[in-house]
Amino acid sequence: MGDLVNAAARWLLPVFLVGLPLYGYLRGVDVYGEFVDGAQEGFWTAIKTIPFMVAILTAMAVFRSSGALTALLNLAAPVARLLHLPSEVLPLVILRPLSGSASFAYTADLMRSFGPDSLLGRLGSAVQGSTDTTFFVLTVYFGSVGIKDARYAPAVGILGDVAGFIAACLLTTLLFSP
Amino acid sequence: MLNAVWLFLLVVGVGTAAVTGRIDVVTTSVTEATKQAVELAIGFIGTMSLWLGLMRVAEKAGLIESLGRALRPLARWLFPSLDPAGPAVGMMLMNMSANLLGLGNAATPFGLKAMAELRKLAPDGDRASDAMCTFLAVNTSAITLVPVTIVALRAALGSSQPTAIVGACFLATVCSAVVSVTADRLLRAAARRKGA
Repeated sequence: MGDLVNAAARWLLPVFLVGLPLYGYLRGVDVYGEFVDGAQEGFWTAIKTIPFMVAILTAMAVFRSSGALTALLNLAAPVARLLHLPSEVLPLVILRPLSGSASFAYTADLMRSFGPDSLLGRLGSAVQGSTDTTFFVLTVYFGSVGIKDARYAPAVGILGDVAGFIAACLLTTLLFSP
Repeated sequence: MLNAVWLFLLVVGVGTAAVTGRIDVVTTSVTEATKQAVELAIGFIGTMSLWLGLMRVAEKAGLIESLGRALRPLARWLFPSLDPAGPAVGMMLMNMSANLLGLGNAATPFGLKAMAELRKLAPDGDRASDAMCTFLAVNTSAITLVPVTIVALRAALGSSQPTAIVGACFLATVCSAVVSVTADRLLRAAARRKGA
C-alpha cells in the first residue's frame, strides 16, 4: 500500500506533464497559449507570498534564535509525545484555520529549517495540504449572502480540520518513517 | 488571534534574547530571514507557474465539467432536498471538482455562486440552511487529488520528491471529508429533534 502510494506520487508530475497537454490538445485547446496564460498567474501568486513570508520567517527567526522556541517546545513536548509527533508541527494546528498564508509561510519555515524531505518537512506539507482555512471560508461564504447564524457549521469545520490534521500526521509517519 | 500569535513570537523572542544575551544573534538571523523569504518566493515563481500553467490547460480542456458530471450521484446523496439538475447543485459540483484538482482560485467563484443559489432557495432570515451547512462541511474538508501550492513550494525549496506527500494528502482529506459529512448529518438530526 505504502509503496503504491509512493510510486503514484513519483509519477504524478511526469503523467500530468504529458497527460494534461495531450488531453487538452485532443479537445481542441490552444495548449501552449493557455499554459503560458496560466503560468502568468504563477508569477503574481508567488510574489504575493513575499509579505507573509517576511512576516512569519522574521517572527520565527527572532523566536528561534533567541532560544524561546526551544523553551516553548520543551513545554509542549509532553503533548507532542502523547501524539507521537515532533512538537514543531503543533503551531500549525493554531495557524492553519486562521490564515492560509501564515500557515503556508510557517510550513516554508519548517522545510527551510529541517529540509523539505525530512519527516518534519513532509509532516508540515501534508498538514498544510490536507486542512483548510476554515474560519476564513466560513466568514467569506456566509458573509457573501448575509447569513449571520452559522448554526453548527463552525463545529463541523473544526472537526474536519482536526480529523485532517490527525490523518495527515498518521499517514505521513506511516509512509515515511524509517 | 493572528495578531496575538505574531506579537507573541516577536515580544517573547526579543524579550528572551535580551535576558539570555543573544540580541546580536537575533539581528543577524532577522536579516537572513528576510533575504530567504524573498529568495524562497523567487524560487516559488517558477514551480508555481508550471503547475498553474498545466492546470489552466486542464481547466480549458473541460476537466472541471467532466469531473462535475462524474460527481453528480454524490451530490444527489449529499443534498437530497435539492433539485439535482438545478443551478445550486451545478455550482457546488464545479466547486468540488476545482478543489479536487487543487484549483483554489477557480473553486472560490463557483463556491460563492453556489452560496448565492442556495440563498435563493432559502431567502428569509439570517440563518444558514441545511444545504448551506452541508456544502461548507464538504468545502472546508475538500478532498484534494493534487495540493498544487504545497507541491510547488516543496519543489522551490529543493525537495528531491516534491510530490511525495500527495498520497498522504489525498487519503487525509478523504478522512476529514468523511468526518465532516458525518458530523454534519448527526448535528442536523440533533437540531431537528430539538425542533430548531
